Parts: sequence; structure tokens; C-alpha cells
Amino acid sequence: MTALYVALWLTFGGGGLLALTGSRPRLTHVLNVLITLGTLISTLVMARTVLDSGALLATNQQFYVDAFNVYLIVLTAFVGFTTSVFSGPYMTHERHKRQIPAGRMRLYYLSFQGFLGAMMLALSTNNLGILWVALEGATLGTVLLVSFYRTPTSIEAAWKYFVLCGVGIAQALFGTVLIYFTATQIGLNADDALLWSHLSDRAHDLEPVILSIAFVFILVGYGTKVGLVPLHNWLPDAHSEGPTPISAVLSGLLLNVGLYAVVRIKMLADTALGMPETGYWVHMPGYLMMGFGLVSFIVAGLFLHKQQDIKRLFSYSSIEHMGLITFAFGMGGPLATFAALLHMAVHSLTKSAIFVTVGHATQIAGTQAIDRIRGLYNTQPLVGGGLLLGTAAIAGIPPFGVFTSEFLLLSATLEHWPWLSVMLLMGLGVAFAGLFRNVQPMVFGEVPEGQQPVRTNMFPVVVHLLLVLGLGLSIPDALAGWFDQATLLISGGRVL
Amino acid sequence: MNLTEMNLFQQAILTASAMVMFMSFLLLSQSRVISTIHTFAAQSVLIVLITGLVAIEERELHLAWSALLTLVLKVIFIPWLLHRIARKFRIQRAADIMYSPALVMLAGGAIAIFCYYIALPIERYIEGITRPIVAISMTTVMLGFLILITRSKAISQVIGFMAIENGLFLAAVSATQGMPMIVEIGVAFDVLVAAIIFGVFFFQMKESFDSFDVDHLNQLSEGDA
Amino acid sequence: MDQQWDLTGWLLALGQTLALMALAPLYAGWIKWVKCHLQNRRAPSIFQPYRGLNKLFHKRPILAENASVIFRMAPYILLGAMLLAASAVPFVTTHLPTTAVVDMIVLVGYFALAKFFLVLAGMDVGTSFGGMGSSREANFSAFAEPAMLLVVFTLAMVASSTNLSIVMQALQETGLVLRPSLAFILAALLMVGLAENGRIPVDNPATHLELTMIHEAMILEYSGRYLAMVEWAAQVKLMLYGVLIVNIFFPFDLAADLTAPALLLALGSVLIKLAFMGAGLAVVETGLAKMRLFRVPTFLILAFMLAFMGMFSHILLEVA
Repeated sequence: MTALYVALWLTFGGGGLLALTGSRPRLTHVLNVLITLGTLISTLVMARTVLDSGALLATNQQFYVDAFNVYLIVLTAFVGFTTSVFSGPYMTHERHKRQIPAGRMRLYYLSFQGFLGAMMLALSTNNLGILWVALEGATLGTVLLVSFYRTPTSIEAAWKYFVLCGVGIAQALFGTVLIYFTATQIGLNADDALLWSHLSDRAHDLEPVILSIAFVFILVGYGTKVGLVPLHNWLPDAHSEGPTPISAVLSGLLLNVGLYAVVRIKMLADTALGMPETGYWVHMPGYLMMGFGLVSFIVAGLFLHKQQDIKRLFSYSSIEHMGLITFAFGMGGPLATFAALLHMAVHSLTKSAIFVTVGHATQIAGTQAIDRIRGLYNTQPLVGGGLLLGTAAIAGIPPFGVFTSEFLLLSATLEHWPWLSVMLLMGLGVAFAGLFRNVQPMVFGEVPEGQQPVRTNMFPVVVHLLLVLGLGLSIPDALAGWFDQATLLISGGRVL
Repeated sequence: MNLTEMNLFQQAILTASAMVMFMSFLLLSQSRVISTIHTFAAQSVLIVLITGLVAIEERELHLAWSALLTLVLKVIFIPWLLHRIARKFRIQRAADIMYSPALVMLAGGAIAIFCYYIALPIERYIEGITRPIVAISMTTVMLGFLILITRSKAISQVIGFMAIENGLFLAAVSATQGMPMIVEIGVAFDVLVAAIIFGVFFFQMKESFDSFDVDHLNQLSEGDA
Repeated sequence: MDQQWDLTGWLLALGQTLALMALAPLYAGWIKWVKCHLQNRRAPSIFQPYRGLNKLFHKRPILAENASVIFRMAPYILLGAMLLAASAVPFVTTHLPTTAVVDMIVLVGYFALAKFFLVLAGMDVGTSFGGMGSSREANFSAFAEPAMLLVVFTLAMVASSTNLSIVMQALQETGLVLRPSLAFILAALLMVGLAENGRIPVDNPATHLELTMIHEAMILEYSGRYLAMVEWAAQVKLMLYGVLIVNIFFPFDLAADLTAPALLLALGSVLIKLAFMGAGLAVVETGLAKMRLFRVPTFLILAFMLAFMGMFSHILLEVA
């Protein structure tokens, strides 16, 4: 458990430290990388303990780590690390090009670490109230980064992000209050009534009617964070207007954390509604998630075709994949849950790799407009190739890991909801076309005047894509066992 | 429990909570920036009053602390901050144009009835005098959304946002006699940071738009993006 | 109410009706007197309205050539409706035969009848001012009436009856209870009362400013005894609203039995409350400016919202 404290202290304390050294770019960058590396190592140590000895409870039960969230914690630390490696040279380039004052660089590093720390806290806390606070904190931490460049559009994006997410998450707080209320009804004392471990022990006693109302509020609230479709308006704006490292962590990580919160509550709701006397409400949470997920998946796939901004393009792709994962969690059952967990991991890795590449691509072309980025492969083969491979991976071309998880999900759908698999396949096709009609000319088109290579750092892209490839070819036993444990926790069954 | 069987204390709690809902409607109908700030402050005062009364009635010490926290944050700090911003940018007398206020008010009424309907199953499980307040808190939250949707001035949107917070706080007080202290503090901290960030935003907006009309914030949309 | 009414009851009812009719000009004079003092002007005697009415009753009315029978009938109907209303509103006691048979909806109906004929009369002669005033009056009534009815319904829900006497008795019996619903409908009723009686901020009873007048525009063509009746009716209406408000919301000291001491106490108490009420009205009229005409619907919608909130908070908070 010490490992968890090390990780949390490193990120929060590190943020403060970086804010102090922010005016000296090289030192700050190295420190940033070291801090995230330290965080990654400590989370790996923690994962080891959890896998060996089961779920951990610590500090008056305020922290709870089991196979499900430890995997997300490691993922967060890992992507945080690679992104910090990338953000050094990227931000140096941006600083020179846009003449950003040193003070704002302090803000950048402070917010970056604060954001990572808030997500770690959200993932590891046992207290549903703290979970809410941390998720809201993660939003607040990144709002000023979205408006980092102080352009009119970026301020607009940040405002939308702030107001919509703030409003959405208010719903989640209402849901949390309701859960607290039912928990006190069944005699949990005030301090334990929001602790997930206690709630999950007593979940079958919780009042199903109230819990189902609470779940609707939670789904809408945290669903705003996930970017589920009627609530997704802020997402493409926020992800496309901020600095690219932020887009990478927003798209790759924050969405996962939002979904994590929903799934935690769903686990409670499933148990409570699963009691025999509740009748047809049993599958309500699952059906709701499936509906939201499917709509997001299809609508975002269609929107891919309309995009004219490269970062917006991949933001919509994030909505699409989050929709798919939500759908899979909603369907429940071991196979679909396993697919959802795997997809969460491969999507985070691939999407952050893509955003890193996209960041370089926009620096090469000097614009984010799709029709003015052309012939990346000729200008800088590494960036062009990276973009192409990344897109191939996210579109679900074998042998990348995304294909594996989508394939698993499709088989699960065929088994339980055969007619929905048609919609899934169509959606995947539409998304595939939407991505490639935009990416292909950017990679292979004719090179326009004035497009020059830039200093790049493709290390994160290479590592991420190799990992995704590896996950697609064969999942190592240890990792598969890990996913299997998480699947058992969420769905109550095993795949392996 | 019938109203006539309650003591004056409990009647005061209910009356104050009805006034909270009325303040929300008032916020919905007002257009002057400065008067919305005052109405918000008045609503917060009522919330503090309710929290304090419930704290005494139910002998809950930690509620008294959260009443104090709300007093400092929402009655004093946030209205002061908004006031300062309004004065600094000379928008005290600016009016926020709203399309068909009558329709918005009727929508507000419909929302109130809807919330009452939603809250019925929840209230069934609550004992004690705070039970009818759940519907009111839900209405306050939803009316906050309506304020956010119908307003075009950034500062009015902030008020709507904070009104939502008020409703949530009232919900926590009425349904469960408050949340655990650590959560209350966390939420209060978030509200504080949000208020400060709002303040920062006003400066950024002023720099790049020279206006607080969110109607200027319309460049990012799918139509022509 | 299965109660046998003896002669005393009927005599009292007659007495209260006559008293209300007789006191109404005095009440108008009192309000004017307070208002003048608030505005640092020299006040006319509070009996001035009687002199005004007396003068008008002695003048020969002049009718427009094309005035129809409606125009001539309207003042009588107006005054008649007010007479009936005055008999139906409990003034010093709720135990009266006339108040037992009439409920609040009928009372609203009396007022509506009077208003209907006033509006018709305004349009009858065909002058532009009359029509303008009528159209405004009808327009604002359309906003005020729903609010008024919601107030009535809320009261009916609180007391489980639409009969005014029973409502007042019920409220008197429960004593001092802080009811959110009553607070809201009191506010709503005050606002509706301001609008219905043509007081500031909706209409200014003291001027004939053509752009904004409502009530005065409708009665512009009246003269002599017709004008006297119309004005008297308006004064009675104002008085009745005052009595309604003080007796519903502050029903203390209403006489429970028909003995002389109880009745005298009730009379004294209600007169004092009315005096305060009138002074309050004068303060409001001094403090507020008349609002622009197109703002009036918003004002009345606020009244409607208040009445709605009253009803809603009754359902929400009081019958749990």
C-alpha cells in the first residue's frame, strides 16, 4: 500500500515542485519525466501486490484497490509517463512558435501533474464522495489547459468544457447523495455509507428503486465526462483546442476514469436489482448503458465523415470507442466484460499514440486543418507512418489489439443479441471509412509548400503501438489472468 | 406528518425551503446582472438558515460546520467575487435578454411538477421533517439547468451553475442530514476552485472578445467546423 | 351548513352589506389622505370622496348619442354586483346566512360580471379611448384571472372547502401556523389586487394620462349619477379586496358568536387591520413607479407563478 501513497504524493507534490521550476524548461522536463517514471514504477509494485494477495484496503478503508482499478491505475501511470516524455520537445516547439510566457509553463506542469494525481485519486479511492470530488478536480485541473493558448476558440472550448462537465457532474453528485441515503437507510453508519467496499458487501440490501434512480443520475453525470452522445458536445472542442499532450491524456485517460465510476455503481445496482422481488428492473442499468453506448458509437462514427480538423477527427473517434466500451459493459457477461476491459487498455494506448503523432503532424504542417495537411510520409516518414499505423490500429485492423477486443465483443453480441451485431458491424465499417478517407490523403498526398520536418520524439508512439500489436498477437498469461480477475469482479464469471 | 402538528421550528424549515424554490424562480425571471447576484446570495442565506435549523433540530454538529462553510463560501465569497467582476467590467446594469420569459417560467413550473413526481418514490423512505424538501432540492437543481440554458451572459451562467450547487447541497441536507465531513469539504473546495476559475475566465474572455456574451462563443460547432 | 338562520342573522347580513357600501368611500379617502401625507402634500379631508359622489349624484348625466342600453345598464349592474359581493364577504363574523350560501368561486364570478359589463360599456360609445381601455383591461384580466383562481384553489385545498366562511374558520382555528403556501398566495393575491383595482404600479387612479390609463379610459364617457355609481363600485371593490385579504390571512378576532361584545371587538379589529392595509397600499403606491404597459403581463405572470408555488408547496410540504 505504501506504493499507492508514493504514487499519489509523487504526482501532487511533483506538481508543486514543477510549478516552482517551471521557468527552466530543460530541468522541468527532466523532472517531469522522472516523476511520472517514479509513479509508474510504484504503481507497478502495487499491481504486483494486488495480484498476489487480492484487494487492498488502507487508511481507515479510505483507499480500496482491486484487480479492476489497479489495472486502470497502471494504465494511467504508463500513459502519463510516455506523454510526459513527449511533452518536453513538443512544448518547447510551441513555446517558441507561440511565444508563451514562462509563467504559463508553470501552470502547464502544475495542471498536468494535478490532473494525473486527481485521476489516480479517483481510481484508488474507496469513497464514492471522494471519487466525485477527484473527478471534478480532474476537470478543474484541465480547464485552464484547454484555454492554454488564449485564442478565442480555445476559450470557447474551455468554457463549454467547464460548464457542461460541471453541470453533468452535478447530476452525479445527486446520484451519490441518493446512494448515501439508501446506505444510511440500511443501517450503515455515516462514515461507512459511501465506502464502496461496504456498499458492495451490503448491495443486496440496498433499496432497488432508489438505487435505480441514483444510477440514472450517475450515468448521465459521469456519462457527460465519458462523452456519451447526447452529452458529448464539449468533448471534440476541449480535446482539439488544448495542447496536444493534454489531448492525449484527456482522450486516453479521463474518459476511462469517468466510465470506471459508472461501472462501479453499475456493479452495486446489478446486485441490488438482481434480488428476486424487483421484477423487470433487473437489467435496467445494463440496458441504459447499452443504449447510450450504441447511440454514441453510431453517431460519432457518422460525424467522423464531416470533420475538417485533425484533432476533432480523433476526438470523435474517442467518443465512438467509449460508446463501444460502454455498450460492452452494459451487455455484461464475462466475455463482453473481458472485451471491454481489453478495449479500454488498447484504446488508451492507441489513442494517446495517435495524439502524439497528430501533435507532430500539426507542427509539421503548421495547421490543424485536414485539407492543408498533405504528404506527411514524404516530409517526415516516421510521423506519416506512425499516423497511418495508429489509424490502422484504432480502426480495428488485425493484428492490432483493437481488433482482438472488437472481435471478442462481436462474438459476445452474436451470442446474446444477434441482431445488434449487424449494427455493430455497420458502425465499425462507417467509422473505418470515416477515418481513412481523411487520413489517407494526409499521409500520402502531394506535399504543399513550406512543410518542413520538425524535431520529434516518437518514443511513446513506438512503445504504445508495439504494446497494442503485442496484445493483438498474444496476450501474456499474467496479463490475461489479471484481466480475468477483473472480469470476475465485475461480471461474476470467468472467461479463461 | 401534518404541518399543524409541527413546532414553529420545523414550520420555519419548510417555509425557508419553499422560499429557496421561489428564489430559483426569481433567478429564472430576472435579467439584471446585479439583481441575480443578490437573489443568489439570498438563496444561499436561506440554505444556510435551513442547514442551521436542521442542525439544531436533529442535533447534528457537523451540519453546523457545513452551514458555516456555506455561509463563508456562498453568501460572502462568491457574491463578493461576482460583484467585483461586475463592477470591474461595468456590467452591473447590463440586462440579459431572454426570449419569451413567460414560456421559460411555464417551463419552470412544468419542471417543478416533474421533479415532484420523480422525488415521490425517494421521499417514501425518508423519516422526519426534511422529507418534502427532496423535491424542492431537485427542482432547484433542474431550474439551475434551465437558467444555464436560457441565459447568454457568462455571468448569469455562473449564477445558474452555483444555483445548481445550492440545490445539491440542499439535497444532501434534506435527504441524509449532510454528507460525511470529508466529502463536504471536498465539494466546498471544488466549488471554491470553480469560482476562482470562473473569475480567471472573465479576464480571458474580456481579452479576446471584449464581451461576456456567450453568443460570441459559437465558432466551434459541427455546422461549419 | 345545517343551521337555522333567525332574523338576527339576516339583519346582520344586511347591516354588514350596508356598512361595507357606506365605508368604501371613506376607505378610499383614507388611502388618499395617507398618500398625500407621505408625499408631503396637504391632504383633502378623508370625507372628500363622499362629497364627490354627492356632487355627481346631483348632476344630470349626459349620454352620447349612440350610447346603447348596455351603456346605461352597466353602472347599475356594476353596483349590484358589488352589493352582492359585499353581502358575501365575511366582514366581522363568519356566521351569516349570506356568506354561508356563497363560495369563493361565486365571489370571483361577481367581480368578473362587473368587469365584463364595464369592458362592454367602455367599447359601447365607440370612442377610441374607451376601446383602448377595454382592450387593456380584458388583456390584463386574462393574466390576472388564472392567478386569482389558483389562489382560490390553494385556499380550498388548505381548508378543504371553497366556502369563504369555512376557510376563514379553519384558518382561525389552526392559529399561527407558518404555512409556505399561504405566504405565497398572499403575495399573489396582493399583486392581483393591485392590478384588478387599477392601482400603481399597474394603473394610476389619479391621472388621465391617455397613453397609460386603463380604468379611467373605460369610464371616460360617463357623467353624473352614472359616473358616481361606477366610481362607488370601484371603491367598494377595493374595500372588498382589503377585507378579503385581512380576513383570510389574519382572521384573528373574527366574531365566533353573534353577541354584541364579540361583534364590536371584531369590528374594531378589522377596521384597524384595514387601516393598516390601506396605509401599506399608500406606501407601495408612493414607493413604486407605474410600470410600462407591456411589463404588466410579466408582473401578472409573476403573480401567477407565486400562486402556483403556493399551491405546489401546499401539495409538496403540507399534505405529506
